[in-house]
Amino acid sequence: MPSDSLSLALIGSGGAGVMTAGQTLLDAAATSGYYGLMTRATGPQIRGGEAAAILRLSTRPVECQDDRLDLLVALDWNKAERFADELILDDDSLVIADPGQGEIPDWIHDSGARLEEVPFDALTKEVRGARANSIAVGLVGELIGLEATNVEATVQRILQNKGAKLIDAALASLKLGQVAAGDLSVPARLAAEPEQDEPRWLITGNEAAGLGAVRGGVRFCAAYPITPSTEIQEWLAAHLPEFGGCLVQAEDELASINMCLGASFGGTPAMTATSGPGFSLMVEALGLATQAEIPVVVVDVMRGGPSTGIPTRSEQADLDIAVHGAHGDAPRLVLAPNSIGDCVTTTQWAVHLAEALQTPAVVLSDQRLGQARAAIAPPPSCDWKAQRKLAKADLNDYRRFADAEDGVSPMALPGTAGGEYTATGLSHMESARPSASGMDHKRQLDKRRRKFEQFDFGQNWADIDGDGEVVVLTWGSTTQPAREAVARMRALGQEIRLVSIRLLSPLKVDALDEALTACQRLLIVEQSHGGQFHRYLRSHIELPASTHLLASPGPLNIGPGDIVAAIEKLTHEEAA
Amino acid sequence: MNSAVEKQIRILGHKDFKSDYKPVWCAGCGDFGVLNALTKAMAALELEPENVAMIAGIGCSSRIPAYTTVYGFHGVHGRALPLAAGLAVSRPELTVIATGGDGDGFSIGGNHFLHACRRNVNMTYLVMDNSVYGMTKGQASPTTECDWTGSKLSPQGTHQPPLQPLELALAARAPFIARAFSNSPNELARIMTEAIEFEGFAFVQILSPCITFRPEQLGWKKRVHEGFEPTDDRAAAFAALSDDDGFTTGILYRAPRPAFRPDQRDRVDIETIEKHFEVRS
Repeated sequence: MPSDSLSLALIGSGGAGVMTAGQTLLDAAATSGYYGLMTRATGPQIRGGEAAAILRLSTRPVECQDDRLDLLVALDWNKAERFADELILDDDSLVIADPGQGEIPDWIHDSGARLEEVPFDALTKEVRGARANSIAVGLVGELIGLEATNVEATVQRILQNKGAKLIDAALASLKLGQVAAGDLSVPARLAAEPEQDEPRWLITGNEAAGLGAVRGGVRFCAAYPITPSTEIQEWLAAHLPEFGGCLVQAEDELASINMCLGASFGGTPAMTATSGPGFSLMVEALGLATQAEIPVVVVDVMRGGPSTGIPTRSEQADLDIAVHGAHGDAPRLVLAPNSIGDCVTTTQWAVHLAEALQTPAVVLSDQRLGQARAAIAPPPSCDWKAQRKLAKADLNDYRRFADAEDGVSPMALPGTAGGEYTATGLSHMESARPSASGMDHKRQLDKRRRKFEQFDFGQNWADIDGDGEVVVLTWGSTTQPAREAVARMRALGQEIRLVSIRLLSPLKVDALDEALTACQRLLIVEQSHGGQFHRYLRSHIELPASTHLLASPGPLNIGPGDIVAAIEKLTHEEAA
Repeated sequence: MNSAVEKQIRILGHKDFKSDYKPVWCAGCGDFGVLNALTKAMAALELEPENVAMIAGIGCSSRIPAYTTVYGFHGVHGRALPLAAGLAVSRPELTVIATGGDGDGFSIGGNHFLHACRRNVNMTYLVMDNSVYGMTKGQASPTTECDWTGSKLSPQGTHQPPLQPLELALAARAPFIARAFSNSPNELARIMTEAIEFEGFAFVQILSPCITFRPEQLGWKKRVHEGFEPTDDRAAAFAALSDDDGFTTGILYRAPRPAFRPDQRDRVDIETIEKHFEVRS
């Protein structure tokens, strides 16, 4: 039976090549015009260890995994039990395993899934250089109904620099898999590919954030490697020089953020990318950026915390530190992309806002967005650019921190005669001269607050969809499962409103109030243990009397089914 | 000073590089001598104030940028070097001078010092070393003698040998290393001039007495002596340091090597980059 969405996973020991196999399938599907998503789950080992590539392929845009799998392919069972919580199988699922790899684990048996055997390892002996992961690609492609020529072309593209011998062996492996598929039947094949009026983009959230930064005008990055943000840094290292910019690998995160401030002081739009532990180290310099009014963007690709936490898995628990992590009164911009494509747009917007308001902006992405690779429609192009209000040369009586009505005073860049001033983290007068006077202190605090009050942030502060009396309110990566949950409820005839906040700080209180008009029941969804988002909202607005919270920590992602269940529960409670 | 007419006859004296701010420093502080020598060096080099940036962290000496008429950035404690590096890498046409004290540079910012030496970004680093934390009212710094008991924070001394900044700089591959004394204005200005002109990371340790918390440093006048002869031989420089009593002045080491230059690539436009993400059958 054709299905408009299929979920599958490939598991095996590290080095077995399940990630490459997963990516090949995703890319081949995208070439055919499908949408899709691949998330990676790995053990903590640097090399080796267990690995799972989890895929969802669909005829319509999808950016979250389903609650269950249609198909699981196990090249081996090495530490596979680690994935038992994550790879949900049921009576309708099919598991394909190599009989030569030992006992089928209990959790597979207990799931009720149908079992089939394919001797991957034995098949590799049939063709010189054949590999089990490529056989699996051929097998799965055939089973779910991917165009064989697109799978072959994708393999050739991925291996193009590896030499003819390797490509030939891989193509032969595909064939072995296709033949092995012969007798098997899957629960569902993919429905015919959608009509394609535009090409798909294959992109990870981290690449998307890098692209958004460059689109917005970032030309300098200093960064210190940290999981799961390193791919942003690597992407920028490769591409910033193509725009006359550069990336400097710093000695630590203290250096990263301060190098960015130095570059930005000189007029070069600057960004760094990090994750929780690195972000913690940057907090002091973000306060400096606020006080000295230096624009800078920090992308925090969140992972489980506190401390070292769970480096390879997602959590939305850095909201508190992103919004409030500074001593003193230091309001700042905090934004969150709510899809992989939106990592482009929101990062670009963050650059624009930071530059326009001469203040730091934090972009809260997370591992779920950053390290997932998706086949999506091309992100919309938008014209947000870095445009800083600058002081012109030959100024008389230049005052860097002049008490401008909109809070944004013209900034003199080094090289501008007459604009010489010393940027400082000290409280200061309009002239930038340090001052401990209460009047000067308050004047500058007022000035900096006015930036946020007077700027027109437009409609992008949130994505609002539908107008039911039940509202799901969320932010960041949990928006995608929420979107799917809402779609499922609508399919059942229940209209649900979805509000996903993109601009977390400054919170657009009036607009949010309006978005919640006539809301009878509110469900707040967030991937944190402490309900940080819920608490933050409560500190700003009066939430409806019937407000419920679905908050859970990582590493297991909140799925669409969890949200459907929560909506049903609160609907029920209300009725009872 | 900045009107268009005056710009055309811009031969600036050292006073033109001094702002009208009154320094927070105590009367007799060695940092006044550093400020004088620095403004002299900038005038001698005929620098244009708008094309110079002084970058500092926190501490008495880190206040120096605002006492000049050039661009300045008075950042957070210990981070002058990365601030300066970010500016110098992205605006290589500017003259970038990082400044600060021994606490800012060798304690809280010590890691940056090592990597700035290695990285060799084209900039100057002037450390006003008085072996004490002045701004917090007199605690031991990394260069304080181990038997100094003048602080309530370490009433029996530091129990640690003082750090050797020049040895560190040499080990970390700084290409220009010098020591000067705030009370020897001519030598100090000359060394500063050479450091600013040097293409790469130029480090100058400036012995700059703290009259308030280390009054005995008034005696440095008698102990300081010229002696370093510039060499580009690391072994010779290490040998010179093994004979050093901490008061030898001069340029210890000068071995130019290519300054830090970030990756270069052919320019492309954003559409070309975005094409990489596209797939179609």
